[in-house]
Amino acid sequence: MITIEQDAFETIGADAMHSFPDECCGFLFGHEEDDQRIVREALVVNNAKEGDKKRRFEITAADYMKAERYALQNGVLLLGVYHSHPLHPAIPSETDRLSAQPWFSYVIVSVTANSIENTLSWRLNEERIFEPETLLVPQTIKL
Amino acid sequence: MATIIIPTPLRKFTGNETKIEVHAGTVNEVLNQLSGQFPGIQKHLLHENGTVQPFMNVFAGDTDIRDLQDGDTPVNEHTVISIVPAIAGGRE
Repeated sequence: MITIEQDAFETIGADAMHSFPDECCGFLFGHEEDDQRIVREALVVNNAKEGDKKRRFEITAADYMKAERYALQNGVLLLGVYHSHPLHPAIPSETDRLSAQPWFSYVIVSVTANSIENTLSWRLNEERIFEPETLLVPQTIKL
Repeated sequence: MATIIIPTPLRKFTGNETKIEVHAGTVNEVLNQLSGQFPGIQKHLLHENGTVQPFMNVFAGDTDIRDLQDGDTPVNEHTVISIVPAIAGGRE
């Protein structure tokens, strides 16, 4: 199970809306205890994909290494990645699956020009198939 | 003795160790020793032929080994090897 705290959830939602119609992306930081994850901070990262950002995202190696360093320096865990699916369900694509890493939570936001439609979290199983991860989010958000 | 920085998603295979030190002369030797010491990491890091998986990058210091001598890049006791997952995807 993964819980996203208010500030982090608002950061993700605002990024998805602001980036529309392009995909947004970023990192999730927090803690894990007994398979329960709590996201306390979401870090917005530039979508570095060259070409069609409306249906693809990419994070540079430099930004990834910065995120790992940030986690170590601040005593938090890099729990995973978020990205948006503009005008598309919050379900991972084959493109998402191919590059996905074990252990990470993959939070996907379905977004339109006017609203956040849905937010879901996914994790790879041992067969490299995405499985839904129970996601708890704040009842109200301010975007 | 080179130092390898283990990325968070692969730490479950190294007993949550963030840094591993190995005696090696090249990047290939570093990666093979790491896989030998922690077998669970191998399929996420290397193909059966020993090359690095397509969605994984390896850096020697701040430089991608593909911009150096790839797996033959020499390492010494001061070399820090970073394993960096390629983070990408998209709706289709």
